Amino acid sequence: MQRFSDLYWKLDSTTSTNQKVAALRNYFGSVPPQDAACALSVLCGAKQVRAISTRLLREWAAEAAELPLWLVEESYAHVGDLAETLALILPEQLTNISGGSGTTADHSSLSLSHFMHETVIDLKGKPDVYKRQKVEETWRRLKPRERIVWHKLVTGGCRVGVSRTLVARALAELSGLEPTTLAERMMAATIETAEDFQSLISTEPTSVDGLRPYPFFLASPMSGEVHELGSITEWQAEWKWDGMRAQIVRRSAGISIWSRGEERMNDAFPEIVDAAESLPDGTVLDGELLAALPNNLLPFSMLSKRASRKRVGKKILAEIPAVFVAYDLLEAHGKDIRSEPLSFRRKELLAIVPTGFEKRPASAGGAVKLQVGNRNTNDRLFHSPLVSGGTWDELGCARQNARHRGVEGLMLKRTTSSYAHGRQRGDWWKWKVEPLEIDAVLHYAQAGHGRRAGLHTDYTLGVWDGNQLVTIAKAYSGLTDEELIEIDKIIRSTTIERHGPVRIVKPTLVFQLAFENVSKSTRHKSGIAVRFPRIARWRRDKSPHEAATLSDLKALLEQITGE
Amino acid sequence: MSDLLEINPNGLYCPAGNFYIDPWRQVSHAVITHAHADHARPGSERYLCASSGKHVLRTRMGNNATINTVKYGEHFSIHGVDVSLHPAGHLLGSSQVRVSHRGVTWVVTGDYKLQHDSTCERFESVPCDVFVTESTFGLPVYRWPEPATVADEINTWWRANADAGCTSVLLSYALGKAQRVASLLDPSIGPIYGHGAVMKLVEAYRASGVRLPPIDRIPPRSRKIGGGRGIVIAPPSAAATNWINRFGETSIAMVSGWMLLRGVRRRRGFPKGFILSDHVDYPDLMQAVKASGAQRVLVTHGFTDIVARLLTERGYQAEILPTRFIGEERPDRSAVDKNLEDDLQHPESE
Repeated sequence: MQRFSDLYWKLDSTTSTNQKVAALRNYFGSVPPQDAACALSVLCGAKQVRAISTRLLREWAAEAAELPLWLVEESYAHVGDLAETLALILPEQLTNISGGSGTTADHSSLSLSHFMHETVIDLKGKPDVYKRQKVEETWRRLKPRERIVWHKLVTGGCRVGVSRTLVARALAELSGLEPTTLAERMMAATIETAEDFQSLISTEPTSVDGLRPYPFFLASPMSGEVHELGSITEWQAEWKWDGMRAQIVRRSAGISIWSRGEERMNDAFPEIVDAAESLPDGTVLDGELLAALPNNLLPFSMLSKRASRKRVGKKILAEIPAVFVAYDLLEAHGKDIRSEPLSFRRKELLAIVPTGFEKRPASAGGAVKLQVGNRNTNDRLFHSPLVSGGTWDELGCARQNARHRGVEGLMLKRTTSSYAHGRQRGDWWKWKVEPLEIDAVLHYAQAGHGRRAGLHTDYTLGVWDGNQLVTIAKAYSGLTDEELIEIDKIIRSTTIERHGPVRIVKPTLVFQLAFENVSKSTRHKSGIAVRFPRIARWRRDKSPHEAATLSDLKALLEQITGE
Repeated sequence: MSDLLEINPNGLYCPAGNFYIDPWRQVSHAVITHAHADHARPGSERYLCASSGKHVLRTRMGNNATINTVKYGEHFSIHGVDVSLHPAGHLLGSSQVRVSHRGVTWVVTGDYKLQHDSTCERFESVPCDVFVTESTFGLPVYRWPEPATVADEINTWWRANADAGCTSVLLSYALGKAQRVASLLDPSIGPIYGHGAVMKLVEAYRASGVRLPPIDRIPPRSRKIGGGRGIVIAPPSAAATNWINRFGETSIAMVSGWMLLRGVRRRRGFPKGFILSDHVDYPDLMQAVKASGAQRVLVTHGFTDIVARLLTERGYQAEILPTRFIGEERPDRSAVDKNLEDDLQHPESE
């Protein structure tokens, strides 16, 4: 545990990639494989066990520190990191905790995996009394900065500032394998045991290769003018679907649907798994999961409702059916074809998935007859059709139409490009439609977390409904550090009321809010949900009464959906 | 019933004695707890401070200011009000102001700390009925490490840099912190240098009889000063200017109580931070309140609402004493920056 904690703080204290890789290499090279496996799953952001709720942990810490709970909450609002807050308030020597004085064993030699089992995994589902006893015992065993790391582990929220690429690089240096081989293996395998880790860094081919997806190739946002991309004949255009990126792997070892976050999503999308049975053995498709009824495309919010579930019931399957729209073929008949040009891969893709996806959002909200149980390939698996345009200007016109089609814009891909990995600029561009914008007024603010702790940077924005503000979005990003500091001061001096960490402010600040789309919503008081809201700029030149009204926003919704 | 001390537009005022403590504006009689910019402001007719703080206050108020001094613990009368100054432990010559009239005693701490600091007089607990305390670090997350431990950390860091031939730069307030930090350095590692703003006050400290290790002015146009074994003490504002580039390869560390929080360290972009503060931490604040014997506590400068609420729950009559800032003031990021920028507003650099 101590070594892992040291690694955590080493990674935290440097911004140098080389130093991070060196720290990782040293760690993995010096710990037993079962610890390496354990650390790796944390570093790669695998789903963690939440053994103890943060509520219980803060209550117990408050009592151990002999502080009222509200003071712990206030401290948390100031620090912006619960694990750190609790470690800072806990007494170094926990003498006031009664019972189980326990042997303060030298834990420096204690292995991480053993420690994780004993103080995290085994606590899951145990009665609170038992958990509490374990928590207090663990506090006694750890130094303050180790407590921070453990708090993060035990509440299932340990995120470390390293990318998988860096981890793969460190393991590559250690094992002598290629970083890409490691990246692929890390993606496919669940690494839990010593054997898992050993086979990960083994120079022999391993069994996990069976369902391994390929690292995703990521497009870059279009920054310059499209005309600068050269002749349009060298490019193909597709719609940029507003769904979830995924790979379908169909091999003799079985079928797997992988998210970009490298999680297996078979359980959330059983109908896609069934449909994939019909694919030839040795096929890997890259594409997008979308929610779509037989006749129309559903908004992203419906899809995300599904994706968050471990199991989907009949009702969800019927109400939010999923489809997979493939736009690339990475493996055909068991052969990796990523280095072939896109034009070749596209031809092969069309041979395997012949039907193009043409659904659009319903223009009228009428009830649609549902079809359940109809699961053949043709109405689950599609390819992403090309958007035709003889000139860049013609494509530009098509892009203008994107929002009405329920897509985010266009994807531009060079027809000669191979399927690279990671984000490499030049061959794949996302050319999103210009965002929608309105002016909104700040009415609540809350202190940020992490880097923004102590600064009021989480804004709730509203538009006018008569002389009342109605919330339409929460927005964080889009302002400079200097602006954040200045706005923070204004928020402090215009606070009307405080509810815990939330401040209600006098409406004085106006922000230009950018968003991708609007849709109706029953969850929001305003009746409208905005997609991807972020602050475009601070409108110092506008007074609050010049901001938008709810009817402006409703008009926008009508204009886009035709409702 | 009117209070012995009250807030008016000029600041904290004693109506019975017709004087102010750390006034915000120019007044006729100002009793000064210490010479930091948010406590001592120029332009008042007469200043009164502890005798050991005279040189320091002079560097800040200028040659024309009228400064009277009094020894710690010496009682004197202002229009029949009994006044005395007592060490606050914040920096050289910093005082708590004890004001007593008609059987009621108030103590105004100014800024203070209970920790050991060889460059100033140690905080002395003064019994009172009403205790006015700062609360800059009044949250239980703030508990300072032992200064000796921090000194070891600083010297270890400096030695490692010196061995690598990389000049060390310590950022700290020019007044108080810089001299305290200097007193913790081990001069056997290498030469110590001070930024101009720091040197001016180093001289004031020496003139007041404080022992400090040898500190030199920075030689002109020198890269790798002291052959890369040197350490430079500079105000934080200097880190943002070209001034820092003259030393070639440097390792920079901030010395501040705020460095206790990981978020602050990361946000400010300081690769290294040392936790050393001249303000009272949470446990010492609670201890100081208890030791004062006061039943009524006024909380100012910092986490006022939180400390006042906590003290109320613990049976004190606790209130917030407003500062001159509009609305409440919390030592969140804006205050960190304000503190760091204090030195910017006083360009006593070369």
